[in-house]
Amino acid sequence: MLNRNEKSEKMRRIYMDYAATTPVDSRAFEAMKPYFMTNFGNTMSLYSIGREAKRALEESREKVASLIRAKKNDIIFTGSATESNNLALKGFAFANKKKGKHIIISSIEHHCVLDSAHWLEKQGFEVTFLPVDKYGLIDPKQLEDHIRKDTILVSIMHANNEIGTIEPIKEIGKVCHDYDVCFHTDAAQSFGKIPIDVNKMNIDMLTANAHKMYGPKGVGTLFVRQGIKLDPLLHGGGHEFGLRSSTVNVAGIVGFGAVVDIAKKEMDSEAKRLSKLRDKLIEGILKIDNSYLNGHPTLRLPNNTNFWFAFIEGESLVLHLDMKGVAASTGSACSSESLEPSHVLMVIGLKPEQAHGSLRLTLGKQNKNADIDYVLEVLPRIVENLRKISPFKK
Amino acid sequence: MGRMKRPDGIGKVGNPICGDVMWVYIKVKEDKKTKKKKISDIKFETFGCVAAIATSSMITSLAKGKTLEEAMKISRKDVSKALGGLPPIKIHCSILASDALSEAIYDYYSKNNLTIPEELAKRHERIQRTLKTVEKRHKEYIELEKKVWEK
Repeated sequence: MLNRNEKSEKMRRIYMDYAATTPVDSRAFEAMKPYFMTNFGNTMSLYSIGREAKRALEESREKVASLIRAKKNDIIFTGSATESNNLALKGFAFANKKKGKHIIISSIEHHCVLDSAHWLEKQGFEVTFLPVDKYGLIDPKQLEDHIRKDTILVSIMHANNEIGTIEPIKEIGKVCHDYDVCFHTDAAQSFGKIPIDVNKMNIDMLTANAHKMYGPKGVGTLFVRQGIKLDPLLHGGGHEFGLRSSTVNVAGIVGFGAVVDIAKKEMDSEAKRLSKLRDKLIEGILKIDNSYLNGHPTLRLPNNTNFWFAFIEGESLVLHLDMKGVAASTGSACSSESLEPSHVLMVIGLKPEQAHGSLRLTLGKQNKNADIDYVLEVLPRIVENLRKISPFKK
Repeated sequence: MGRMKRPDGIGKVGNPICGDVMWVYIKVKEDKKTKKKKISDIKFETFGCVAAIATSSMITSLAKGKTLEEAMKISRKDVSKALGGLPPIKIHCSILASDALSEAIYDYYSKNNLTIPEELAKRHERIQRTLKTVEKRHKEYIELEKKVWEK
């Protein structure tokens, strides 16, 4: 939990980077505690504390499955969403290469999907990177045009991590099924935030994780519909139906199960609350001269906002906000290892200097109406001050 | 900080693609006693991260009041030392700052048809070369993106 009144400074502390990670819900933390020192058993052991670990694992599996209306045994626990996406792409490609070697993904996928696809290209697979419109939306008809006889897999994210755009997953899944192609979606940002039904939405594989929804880091999941063949990335003791060998992270998975249970009860009301705050924030920030919204105005995650401000650079914006106690993030290259700015912002049509001026504010449980007011109070001044020293200003 | 009206020299370095652009403006006056040319005023405009802003600010305070010969000798190490050190990933910001200053001095020399010191000319060449490399790299990157789109 964030301490709003740190001793050393009376400055207000506002966390607005929930798309990066979230604090662990205290109820989940309590549920996890016994599995560190008391019920520490190995799920593979036959004696009672081993069986207790196994029982806890299966109970969490049941919980995670029911949130997305999946069958219990179609849920595999992994170490992260990155691992789940790697398993979905590489595991599926290798197990099904006899059927074909063509894969389609969107051009705004998270790096763990993009880079897995690039790696598969090196292994002899062919990958199509589907473009998006200026909002970041995929056109299912365009997807249909790109499906070939040798297409085996389509992977398109449910909601984008940077701009929050929600893709027409149901329609995309329908196209895939019409052509008998397996459909995977990365739902790391949407899982536990908006409703998902893997059957109604025509999803064959789905990635999610715990730490984006108030669970612990180091726990992910991959839903794999019964009958779909995957090659494991990790070989060993045959855990998780042989798809993910590794001694099971029972405490983490129990935490995941607990936050999924909480999401079931609180997701709808929280989404409504956050949407209101989000819209207020967007409306307020767009009053700043030369500021623009990235992503779709309505088809977006209830907690996501993303803007670009002309003439200024995102990293200095983020650090100035930090000095005012606000934690935010940017798609600027300065904050990354590479020289180029965010691929997502470039693909939706921003110029490099525009993408460098981007700011992402993502909301969560601890954000209140007063926090929005505070950001709307401090941000315009920061933007104004940075523009004063910008060589690009008018 | 900010723009300067009618500067005697401007140094424009960096590239928006990699996220840092620095413009340094100088005014030059001759010292009546020593007859040496001094930087009487200096300002900057920077589009970039906080480290870029900090190095630009530091180069202006290091250079103000110095003779052109002294100012030319301010290195990236002087900038980073004055700031109490920079993390490796931000070293390029200090290079950019010292480059911007030396480009502004170069601009002053060439505008006034003065003999350009050899070292300054060499630096100017290197800076322009780097700029072209970055632009070329960016062009290649954009072309790669296009290819991805066409696929």
